[in-house]
Amino acid sequence: MIMGTVRAVPRLLHPLAWWMWAVAMAVVANRTRNPLILVILVAAVVLVAELRGEDRDRRMTLFLWLAAVVVGIRVVAQIVFGGGAIGTTVLFRMPQVPLPEWTGAVRLGGPVTLEELADALYGGMSVAAMIVCLGAATVLASPRRLLRYVPATLYEVGTTLVVGLTYAPMLMDDARTAWAARRLRGRDGRGPREVARVAAPVLSAGLRRSMALAASMESRGYGRPGAGRQGTRRVAGAMVLTGMVGVALGVFGLMSAGTSRPVAAGCLLVGAALATATVWRPGGRRPPGRTVYRPDRWSSAEWSVLICAGVSVAAVFVVVAADPGALTPSTVPLSVPDLPWPAALGVGVAAMVAWTTPVPPDRMEHRP
Amino acid sequence: MILLDQVSVRYRRSEPLVLRNVDLTVGEGELAVVAGPTGTGKSTLLGCVAGLVPHFTGGVVHGRVVVGGRDTRTHRPGDLADLIGYVGQDPAAGFVTDTVEDEVAYGLECLGTAQPVMRRRVEDALDLLSLAALRSRRLRGLSGGERQRVAIAAVLATGSRVLVLDEPTSALDPGGAEDVLAAVHRLVHDLGVTVLMTEHRLERALQFADQLVLVEDGRVLAGEPSLLMEVSAVRPPVVELARLAGWSPPPVTVRDARRRADRLRHDLAAAPPSSPREPAPGPPPAPGRVRIRGLTVRRGRRQVLHDADLDIPAGVVVALMGRNGAGKSTLLSASAGLVAREGGVVDVDGADPADLPAQQAIRLVGLVPDDPRLLLRASSVADECVGADDDTGVTPGATRRMLARIAPGLAGAHRVNHHPDDLSEGERLTLAMAVILTAGPSLLLLDEPTRGLDYAAKSRLSAMLRSFAASGLAVVVATHDVEFVADVADRVVTMAGGRIVAEGPAADVLLSSYVHTPQVAKVLRPHRWLTVGAVASAMKGEG
Repeated sequence: MIMGTVRAVPRLLHPLAWWMWAVAMAVVANRTRNPLILVILVAAVVLVAELRGEDRDRRMTLFLWLAAVVVGIRVVAQIVFGGGAIGTTVLFRMPQVPLPEWTGAVRLGGPVTLEELADALYGGMSVAAMIVCLGAATVLASPRRLLRYVPATLYEVGTTLVVGLTYAPMLMDDARTAWAARRLRGRDGRGPREVARVAAPVLSAGLRRSMALAASMESRGYGRPGAGRQGTRRVAGAMVLTGMVGVALGVFGLMSAGTSRPVAAGCLLVGAALATATVWRPGGRRPPGRTVYRPDRWSSAEWSVLICAGVSVAAVFVVVAADPGALTPSTVPLSVPDLPWPAALGVGVAAMVAWTTPVPPDRMEHRP
Repeated sequence: MILLDQVSVRYRRSEPLVLRNVDLTVGEGELAVVAGPTGTGKSTLLGCVAGLVPHFTGGVVHGRVVVGGRDTRTHRPGDLADLIGYVGQDPAAGFVTDTVEDEVAYGLECLGTAQPVMRRRVEDALDLLSLAALRSRRLRGLSGGERQRVAIAAVLATGSRVLVLDEPTSALDPGGAEDVLAAVHRLVHDLGVTVLMTEHRLERALQFADQLVLVEDGRVLAGEPSLLMEVSAVRPPVVELARLAGWSPPPVTVRDARRRADRLRHDLAAAPPSSPREPAPGPPPAPGRVRIRGLTVRRGRRQVLHDADLDIPAGVVVALMGRNGAGKSTLLSASAGLVAREGGVVDVDGADPADLPAQQAIRLVGLVPDDPRLLLRASSVADECVGADDDTGVTPGATRRMLARIAPGLAGAHRVNHHPDDLSEGERLTLAMAVILTAGPSLLLLDEPTRGLDYAAKSRLSAMLRSFAASGLAVVVATHDVEFVADVADRVVTMAGGRIVAEGPAADVLLSSYVHTPQVAKVLRPHRWLTVGAVASAMKGEG
């Protein structure tokens, strides 16, 4: 039934669908430390992003590098600061620096064990996979499109965030050009001093560009004083912000071990209720006096994305419920992680969205 | 439609007035072209009309600016969005969304237009600027001319009756510029839109203008284009030719000029041919100090430069022409060893700059990028010179002396403390050239040096480049400016789609092209004349 949309007319999917899918994948990544599952998950996410990303120029490469760096930092940090906290299989010894009493468990140097390295690797991979999921969200649906669904009262904040977010790549381009241009002045060294020399022209170019963007938005009618009364807008803004803080606390609580689950869930629910209450106030959906050109449709393809994401999350939670240690391979004693089939299949289902969703209009030739 | 009444503008108390006592009236459905030397207040004038000055930029405005019955004192730019469409110098910097259609709709969304109305307006705007085929394209993938048209469509969709365009064609190739100007012209004719636009290259815009607004030192003179051309400090080649031939009032279009040029053509038929740099008959110049063979560059999955072969003899100025995105900049930066190449060799005086450390490479090749600010980073001209001495490892003071040689005014005591950002475009370019030339390169590359330069600055630049060439440098200039090429280049290389498509003496390439023909050549066809200077010296020779 879902497969019926394969030959659908090329169109962009509802941005909320992609972002919810990506967040679901990030939740899965957060729940598991099994490297095999994480590799499958990253492969699935990258596959979908490559096949269904809305912009051919926006690639996953940057996020994959970032993920690799995170894993690297995590492992190196373990080598430097770990001091053989767990495990007995000592691989090599780092020169140890004695630290004063008050630093507590933090150690510098000392023995490096295979078990702690495996533990660091698994943990790092989990975080890295979440970064890849976030990157996939921005590749699949540009944050600017998501902005349309930001509640009215947060619109200004949202705009600032999104302009900043889409501005970062441009700043990267500028930085790359300026870095290359140093050669024209006879400089090809590296190091902090060289970076400082490039920073000034890059930042001033960025500033000039932001001013041009701001002037353009201003002269095109952005932020015209709306019809809403100041008082109600303030109350609504406060409600949304409090709600968002509640949601953030709740999510954090649910994800980290050691917090009471009911308290966290309560935070999440109350926060969500507060935030949505303002969204569903009449006229609250969009800033007063603002309309939307072509609202995104929500049809079977969007549902298929949500269902696939839901199946993945459910699979992982079921596996964990049946056997709490299933997705946390043992490091002491260290064993080769096995592959819990139900979880792997669940993650595989998430990759199916690459076939259940229409092709973005820009990249017809990449039809799978 | 646009009324300025005794308008004076000052940005800072300590600085002189940018505009003083300006009176200007632009009627409904008029196309007014604002011209004048760089840095004389053209952009400020446009900003005043769009309401950005002073609401956005700060500063103090005296007098009254009324557009369509609304006073900008009491209306912020946002309140004028349904009346005035403002497009800045770099339209891409003003894009808020990702795709063409969304961008066109953005203003309507801000104004809270009802959906059915919005759809109709978007379609109309797309049609008016011939963008229907591009509607779902990404803005980042568009060419310069397309971007400019999208920006105009976006402000037009909101129902603007007044368009304020700041140098809409300065970054465009001749084809793209023509598209944009034709579209603007159609809007004026069919919809009665009022247009106020700045333009440095009057040869392109003057023929469409109902009114010419000359800005000089903050003062404004407005009126009939051909009458004002008699007193203007900025003159397109066709007007220069008219002055030389004694036609008054001067014709402003090539068509008018051709009709009056019978006599001149007849006189010139007897004169010795064409440009002063017509190559002497004989073998082509010997392969010189710069040899480029099979240069290939790939960017992502796209090959942006295919197998480029080029010889640049010493003492020759080569112009690199071609559409936006044809690979001109890539060829330049690959020659300087700035971008990684996939294949090919560059040989400058027997060495490849890409193989050398930067300090040695800049003694072979110097490149001035299209934004000279990329090269500059000090907070004053003097510091920049000291920094350049240090970077290139020359004796202290060498850069300052170089600057004094090519731009005595800039090296003078009262200018050297200026911040590079406060210099005019031409001065900044000169400073960047001084920095580059201090290293003593054999090959000088310039990417789009004429953007934002007025006629006087361009002819100074052209004289400068000729003198560099005369001293034995090989010079390559990538540019869209046909008139500048006619003035400066010995040879012309045309590129398209990352390949070199034509190469030859400037006169041959320019005269055989339909797009890249200088005005003088159009007027005097079939005779082979490229510049007013060449005609002048021929006439002097005769007289």
